[in-house]
Amino acid sequence: MDMMTVDLSRLQFALTALYHFLFVPLTLGLSFMLVIMESVYVLTRREIWRTITRFWGTLFGINFVLGVATGLTMEFQFGTNWSYYSHFVGDIFGAPLAIEGLMAFFLEATFVGLMFFGWDRLSRVGHLIVTFMVALGTNLSALWILIANGWMQNPVGADFNPATMRMEVSDFTAVLFNPVAQAKFVHTVSAGYVIAAVFVLGVSAIYLLKGKWVSVAKRSMAVAAAFGLASSLSVVVLGDESGYALTDNQKMKLAALEAMWHTEPAPAGLTLFGIPNLKTHHTDMEVKVPYVLGLISTRSLDRPVIGILDLVETAEHRIQSGVAAYDAVEKLKANPQDLAARAQFEAHKRDIGYGYLLKKYVADPRTADAALIQKAALDTIPNVPVMFWVFRLMAAIGFAMIALFALAFVLVSLRKAEHTRWFLRLCVLAIPLPWLAAEAGWVLAELGRQPWAVEGVLPTFMGASSLTVGQIWVTIVGFTLLYGTLAVIEVGLLVKTIKTGPYASKFGRMHDAEEASPLQSGGLAGPAE
Amino acid sequence: MELPIDYMTLRVIWWLLMGVLLIGFAIMDGYALGTLATLPFVAKTDEERRAVINTVSATWEGNQVWLILGGGAIFAAWPFVYAVSFSGFYLAMFLVLSALILRPVGFKYRSKRPGKAWRNNWDWALFVGGFVPALVFGVAVGNVLQGAPFSLDSDLRITYHDQFLGGLLGLFSPFTVLCGLTSVAMLLLQGATWVSLKIEKGALRDRAITYGVYAALAVIVLFALGGVYLAYGGLGFKVVGDIAADGPSNPRNAEVVKEAGAWLLNYGKYPWMIAAPVLGFVGALLALLGLKIKADPWAFIGSSIGVLGIIGSVGVSMFPIILPSTVDARSSLLVWTASSSHTTLFIMLGVTLVFLPIVLLYTAWVYKVLFGRIEVKALKTNPDLY
Repeated sequence: MDMMTVDLSRLQFALTALYHFLFVPLTLGLSFMLVIMESVYVLTRREIWRTITRFWGTLFGINFVLGVATGLTMEFQFGTNWSYYSHFVGDIFGAPLAIEGLMAFFLEATFVGLMFFGWDRLSRVGHLIVTFMVALGTNLSALWILIANGWMQNPVGADFNPATMRMEVSDFTAVLFNPVAQAKFVHTVSAGYVIAAVFVLGVSAIYLLKGKWVSVAKRSMAVAAAFGLASSLSVVVLGDESGYALTDNQKMKLAALEAMWHTEPAPAGLTLFGIPNLKTHHTDMEVKVPYVLGLISTRSLDRPVIGILDLVETAEHRIQSGVAAYDAVEKLKANPQDLAARAQFEAHKRDIGYGYLLKKYVADPRTADAALIQKAALDTIPNVPVMFWVFRLMAAIGFAMIALFALAFVLVSLRKAEHTRWFLRLCVLAIPLPWLAAEAGWVLAELGRQPWAVEGVLPTFMGASSLTVGQIWVTIVGFTLLYGTLAVIEVGLLVKTIKTGPYASKFGRMHDAEEASPLQSGGLAGPAE
Repeated sequence: MELPIDYMTLRVIWWLLMGVLLIGFAIMDGYALGTLATLPFVAKTDEERRAVINTVSATWEGNQVWLILGGGAIFAAWPFVYAVSFSGFYLAMFLVLSALILRPVGFKYRSKRPGKAWRNNWDWALFVGGFVPALVFGVAVGNVLQGAPFSLDSDLRITYHDQFLGGLLGLFSPFTVLCGLTSVAMLLLQGATWVSLKIEKGALRDRAITYGVYAALAVIVLFALGGVYLAYGGLGFKVVGDIAADGPSNPRNAEVVKEAGAWLLNYGKYPWMIAAPVLGFVGALLALLGLKIKADPWAFIGSSIGVLGIIGSVGVSMFPIILPSTVDARSSLLVWTASSSHTTLFIMLGVTLVFLPIVLLYTAWVYKVLFGRIEVKALKTNPDLY
């Protein structure tokens, strides 16, 4: 494999995936917030809630379009740039993607048109059901994508088949109920809800600061405060870490993001600060909180958290076993009836991917010497400093969001939010933060999986298509130009829609009674009458 | 565990389902793509263009899922086909993707600003978003019939040969261009019959009908030319020797060689397969007739039958070959050598049997809610329209 091809393919995947995930989380969360707002409209029948729903719906629509458009790239990119990966794991990995289309994407995409164009063609309850179907579809969509992604982190329910040279499904239920996938799903959709809540909170704060469309802004802020508090708690409490005790690579990921080089006696401490040193394999200037890491990651007081260097040693043994598996597969290719080779394969098959790690250095892993095996074992360490800092960035923002929404919830409940100007400014400043945390989360998850495309099964460098460097540059430049232009247009339209506000544009019934009355104050359904 | 359906049958079912999804895409998203490809010609003023766009504005998103599902299902059921075709047609895929990305954005953003230049630019972007995929998909099918220059080694890693200019220009030959034009004509007909069905009666609809008539004639002529080319153009591949229809999915187990005219052999072996090309012609003729006598639903149904027949013809001509290799006899992808495992095919069939009918049901309900023609004057009063 040409490493330049691999690196460029990775760069393109990272760019397009991170870009895609700017839009997806807002879609995930805003769709459910629309359901909440529209439910209040259906229950109270107050026009202002319809206006609120349609206003945020317009912003939802502008954002949804780019999520869909850039999602297409993601679906195609496995085949275009990762064709060996597609062949190697398509038997398992393709299924959740196909089910996603069938069960989830059809649902959201078929109903989203009606959500925008069906206001006058449907009853109130009918339209609410349509909005709910869109929300359900987007969230189910995330479920199936994360089942696929979870399998890459923890490839359960599948075995290598030498006759077809690929992984094949052995237990589909295990793929569905993969604990890593479940943890990821809850964590990821909660993050999406936080992003949407901060977006609504921040934009409402802009209106309140300017004294514009106050009754729409106050009510939106109330929804955002409650929804945001629940989701920001969920995203941190139900974080991803519960899955980190499961596999060697997940353990490595945990050790790397903690920059924990050596196994610590249970329960391990959590590092608050430190500077990971790659040369000495030591973390300088550590500040540690005792016990906490062990509690979070093993949910126990007596199980140790394994350190990086001990995991490398395990990897070395698995590479040796992987070479034996590779040898058996080569013999089976020549003669599928070779019983000795079959037995050797069965004994070592779970390590076949570790054997492939050597292919980065030698065409035939059987020719590798001890030094090379040691080198390949060191490759199983992901980029520790990046992991360490990205995790801290993500976690810090996560806690900051809980604080922000707790504050918002208290102020809204006391009906003081709209007059507390420092708080409103804080809300505006907070808008980009959860996006930053979500992108950091993906960097952590995917960089932490390296050097694997599928943990223990297929190294990333083997998965790439044998394209030319020129071809990939053409598409990287092309996507950058296309996506860049679209980003500028999208942000322009969002800003324009926010500036015109919920009434100046096309969907407002001009001057709701509520908007005209200066005596109105906050609360979900307006004041007691 | 013993599965209730044998491997060979499942492979044939999934070959049919791949056809159902591609035909579903060409019928459903085809009318949206075709509508956009006719946009600058059928609709002249800004209002007319908005009206035409709004014939597809509420449904195109659902339609596009046929493509997404098609991609996902091929990935799940035919991983080799997904891997070889998507990476082998690398730059062509990028072209299609860019065009398809422009389309939703064009829909949503075009009417959000009043400027004339802004809207005109988006109209052309929408045209590109409809025309380019229609052309490239056709060219890709042409390349599948012609065979592609790829080979698989013993690890089943794909190597691409003849990467002339990154593989993009190499895709164009007289035959593949013919296929591309057939596809464009087919989707233009699909779009024109859709517009004539969904737009208020008047000059705009009459223009759609005029373009539809030309498209129907083009479909008939180009499809016939394609048949002649298959018979006398030196194209065709066939499987050598016997191959276990329930053996492991390894393309290197089968030998496929080039043989001029071999794409028509199936029609001799299984005469009922003639039904596919016949439906292609009958459908286009029905569309032509429907347009002439202004029976819009019949025109649209006829066009859709034509799509079914034309894509079906490609499928049955090639069976059991899916993607032949021009450079290596032991790399071609067959129904018997390129599928997923027995278990995966079985599970995915179950999922499809449960969910596809549900999808069709709620899609039908949405079309019922949206029933009726788009009126130009409604653009002024209905704030929901683009």
